Amino acid sequence: MIEIAWSNFTPWSALLGGILVGIAAASFLLLNGRIAGISGILGGLLSPAKGDMAWRLAFLIGLIGAPAVWLLVTELPTIEIKAGYPALIVAGLLVGIGTRYGSGCTSGHGVCGLSRLSLRSLAATLSFMAAGFVTVYVIRHLLGV
Amino acid sequence: MKFSLASLFAGLVFGLGLIVSGMANPEKVLGFLDIAGLWDPSLAFVMSGAIMVGVVAFAVARKRTLSFLGFHMKMPASTHIDKRLVLGGLMFGVGWGIAGFCPGPGLVALGAGETKAAVFVAAMVAGMGIFEVIERNRAKA
Repeated sequence: MIEIAWSNFTPWSALLGGILVGIAAASFLLLNGRIAGISGILGGLLSPAKGDMAWRLAFLIGLIGAPAVWLLVTELPTIEIKAGYPALIVAGLLVGIGTRYGSGCTSGHGVCGLSRLSLRSLAATLSFMAAGFVTVYVIRHLLGV
Repeated sequence: MKFSLASLFAGLVFGLGLIVSGMANPEKVLGFLDIAGLWDPSLAFVMSGAIMVGVVAFAVARKRTLSFLGFHMKMPASTHIDKRLVLGGLMFGVGWGIAGFCPGPGLVALGAGETKAAVFVAAMVAGMGIFEVIERNRAKA
């Protein structure tokens, strides 16, 4: 039986934040005609093509700069990173290689792909969700870390 | 210029959305991935909110050949579900489960000044670099 963590569950801010993410993806799509896939936007910087760099950097500056803009109004919510440095390095490598091999991450396949009803993106999303569930199960409940 | 400004705007709103939703915090993401523990369904609400808006946007986009700023609509052409897609997804999912970071939240947490996020992002970019090298060697072979 699944037990809900009622004290951590934040349905309204999650939904509102999700709508903002949707608005971001929608603006990128309707203004620029592109899919807002973050791993693709970042990864594309590593195979530079002429005229293809500025907009990628602009998107990433917006993303990385969001906390600074947020701080103009109020304090940032807590960011709790429990993983140690070796785990973060392994995780980063897997996320970097995996998202490029699988042609997308939570934004490109998860948000955009599912929004355009792509079966390919559904397959990718199910793959990374399943692997995420199993990994956390193994780490927290089998290894007890 | 227009293209880059729209990109900056989209990136910023995306990042703000991740902060509002709590997804910039890996511990919250792991709370969703931990179905055997006390489960936090918030991530499913984030996805639902984003997809509700996205479905409408893609329905509008489907009918257009040019974007509202006059750029060509560039949609993914591939519909093929292959080994690369699934294995890549699985690999990404394992990394996601280890740290609780996917690319967007990793970059936002980096922007919030988190040293650990900077390490994650550096490793992620290195991973993308490894992919590029492997792909280029494959293309040559």
